[in-house]
Amino acid sequence: MTTAELTKKDTFLATFSALQFNEDSYFKGLRNDAKNELNELDFPTSKTEYWKYTRLGKIVNNTYTLGQPEKIDVSNFLIPNLDAQVLVIVNGHVVADFTSVDGVTVTSLSAAKKQNIGGLKKYFNTLSQNKKEIFLAFNNAFHTDGIYIEVAKNKIVEKPFHIINITTGNNTISQSRNLVVANVGSQVKIIESFVNVGGEKNFNNHVSEFVVAENAVLEYNKIQDKKETNFSIATEQIYQEANSNFTINTATFNGALVRNNLTIEVDASNCETNLNGLYLGKNKDHIDNHTVVDHKKPHCNSNEVYKGILDDESTGVFNGKVFVRQDAQITNAFQQNNNILLTDNAAAYSKPELEIYADDVKCSHGSTTGQIDEEAIFYLQSRGISKKGALKLMINAFAKDALEKVSIEALHTYVDNKIEQELS
Amino acid sequence: MAYTEDDLKEELKNKEYKYGFTSEIESDKIPVGLSEGVVRLISEKKNEPEWLLEYRLNAFRIWQKMVEPQWAHVRYPKIDFQALSYYSAPKMKGDVKWEDIDPEMKATMDKLGISMDEQKALSGVAVDFVFDSVSVKTSFQEKLKELGIIFCSFSEAVHNHPDLVKKYMGTIVPTSDNFYAALNSAVFSDGSFCYIPKGVRCPMELSTYFRINEANTGQFERTLVVADEDSYVSYLEGCTAPSRDENQLHAAIVELIALDGAEIKYSTVQNWFPGDKEGKGGVYNFVTKRGICHKNAKISWTQVETGSAVTWKYPSCILKGDNSVGEFYSVAVTNHYQQADTGTKMIHLGKNTKSTIISKGISAGHSNNSYRGLVQIHKNASNARNFTQCDSLLMGDQCGAHTFPYIEAKNSSAKIEHEATTSKIGEDQIFYCNQRGINTEKAINLIVNGYAKEVLNKLPMEFAVEAQKLLEISLEGSVG
Repeated sequence: MTTAELTKKDTFLATFSALQFNEDSYFKGLRNDAKNELNELDFPTSKTEYWKYTRLGKIVNNTYTLGQPEKIDVSNFLIPNLDAQVLVIVNGHVVADFTSVDGVTVTSLSAAKKQNIGGLKKYFNTLSQNKKEIFLAFNNAFHTDGIYIEVAKNKIVEKPFHIINITTGNNTISQSRNLVVANVGSQVKIIESFVNVGGEKNFNNHVSEFVVAENAVLEYNKIQDKKETNFSIATEQIYQEANSNFTINTATFNGALVRNNLTIEVDASNCETNLNGLYLGKNKDHIDNHTVVDHKKPHCNSNEVYKGILDDESTGVFNGKVFVRQDAQITNAFQQNNNILLTDNAAAYSKPELEIYADDVKCSHGSTTGQIDEEAIFYLQSRGISKKGALKLMINAFAKDALEKVSIEALHTYVDNKIEQELS
Repeated sequence: MAYTEDDLKEELKNKEYKYGFTSEIESDKIPVGLSEGVVRLISEKKNEPEWLLEYRLNAFRIWQKMVEPQWAHVRYPKIDFQALSYYSAPKMKGDVKWEDIDPEMKATMDKLGISMDEQKALSGVAVDFVFDSVSVKTSFQEKLKELGIIFCSFSEAVHNHPDLVKKYMGTIVPTSDNFYAALNSAVFSDGSFCYIPKGVRCPMELSTYFRINEANTGQFERTLVVADEDSYVSYLEGCTAPSRDENQLHAAIVELIALDGAEIKYSTVQNWFPGDKEGKGGVYNFVTKRGICHKNAKISWTQVETGSAVTWKYPSCILKGDNSVGEFYSVAVTNHYQQADTGTKMIHLGKNTKSTIISKGISAGHSNNSYRGLVQIHKNASNARNFTQCDSLLMGDQCGAHTFPYIEAKNSSAKIEHEATTSKIGEDQIFYCNQRGINTEKAINLIVNGYAKEVLNKLPMEFAVEAQKLLEISLEGSVG
């Protein structure tokens, strides 16, 4: 630990110290716990295994001011033909008004804390304590606001929620925070778009927690589309109870430095977990996906597919980990990562890990890095498609495959169009 | 009563290590502890030239500043480096003739099934026998000399071929490479040296047999194999140790240099004492093995790992020259409380370089078996190709099998494939065999051996037989 690094952490702490929180002692206590944790933590270095391929200099060496709430026209960020309830976060503050839906509590996290509603105290911050991750601890200690969604027992929500999480301004920092609770037997779909309006080098350190109770079904679609010079670190903590089904689709289209920490704890039997990801790197983008699926109980299935296309001088990192604990017999876990490098200046780092302590399981993983199959290109050419056209067709097909599981039709179309747009 | 997997497990539990005897040989052992003085003493005992002493002292100073690595997926009590003796040699006269060797030593070799007697040698394998800290005897030296092949103990090489040793030693594994490499560079006692001249195809298998006998000693040997242009050599390495309650430390360095067009095949059958059923005792095996391939060269590592309480070992290939090839075939078996963290590194620097990794892990009892591998394709390594397959087999619900691959690609024409599976022996597979009149015992045998066959087939004949036997010890109980 050098003095220089200490100063960097102190700069971060100083930036946040201006924040005032008008909360009851329970929530203040949680913040204090995190602050104490921060005393012992420091920014990762090149020696930190968990951050091996991601240098944080760009984020850490910058000096920030706190992002402020703003009124922003979100029409540009809406998904065409999508009938959804739109919720807006700007620089970590909730700005839009909500219309409440029957059987669903939707409110800002700060309001929820004040009213002390439903499952908030039961679940808030429970999944993200003591993980020894500095960015998570920063969010635990100094998050401003975000969305709280709680779906009542057996309620099937037809209309998806679309959270638009915006950052603005130069060198601003914001820490948004969401909590989603899907109670027993409920079903809900959520889309969250991470975007920016102007600004350079703004940094969003986001945390979402999801609780998927017995027999509940939850789908979370995450679209990361910040223009070139902005940074995001997003941490998702998911807790699955018996017979539940959780799907996350992560599409990263842009971002100077993007890091996703996804931890899924499968703590009961008969669960299904799907993780799908697509990352398209351009320019000097650096996109890093870390996932952990922790199987603790028997009879569960998990499926993971992450695909990356890396152009220019971009870097893609995939680190997937599957734990199968001793009790988690009859687990089927599958993990796959495919990368295509389009130039010699792009780099792909892949680390698909399995850690298995139960003997009656089927676990497999695969990782490939390569190019589009030349024979497939030739096949298309022989049918009168130009080489360029054939290449485009193949790359598009490769990319779209990763997001096949997106079940909201309008979003599916939007993502497909976006892929074509970004790759052209 | 039909034989079930449970019966096999029971047998596994009760299997004894058969190389666990100790030999009563008078030895010259220096007191425990490690300091600059000890490094000087070892160098003095070996009557070494000044440059080598400097090399050792430099390594020792580097080592003092290093900390023990913690990243491997193994747990063991902290080693007290001051509680070990760093040199132990069986007492012998200066120039050893076969007739003069202590009968107890000969008996030891017999028990281990090593044939030093050149007339009686069955298969034409030249052996260098390393007992504790020194090389006892190297066979077939004269015959090999006719072809210009140098095969001798490392100490002999330092005296007789200093130019070659100086030129290549430490070039592949530098002293500062890692904690144990630095320690080895400071206190290494002996080992084997081999040089194959240009265009020569070594007519016999060269082999080193390592044996730790003394209690509370560490064994630190170095192997250096240099294959000059267009030559070929197949090298074998075997190891055993007596059953003792204390842990013994083995930290070796192996460096392979394959010059343009050369091929080196390096096989290891590692059967150090793995500790008893309760996990007491056993050898800590922390080894750095690395080879470099120049243009059109090939290095192939094959290992069968059944011993050691803790293994920490990654035989690697630096594919520096264009069109060079690296291969790694491994079967690692862990039982009782053994822990293995092993794999390989394939570093592609040259164009059209190819590497293949086949790793099979089998865990039983309370053991943990990890594959950790790196495949790195550098920017200029156009058309590099890698195929990796690592499978794990779990026998019992108390053991663990893990995979930690690192795949790094920086060239757009690289093709990398990695696949891994973890499973237990399928009941349907056993049922299929039963259906065809094969009893369950034989079926398990068949499946495990078939599973490991891909690797065993790569071993030279003599070792393949031994390896099959080793697998039987670890897996099949008293069968065969």
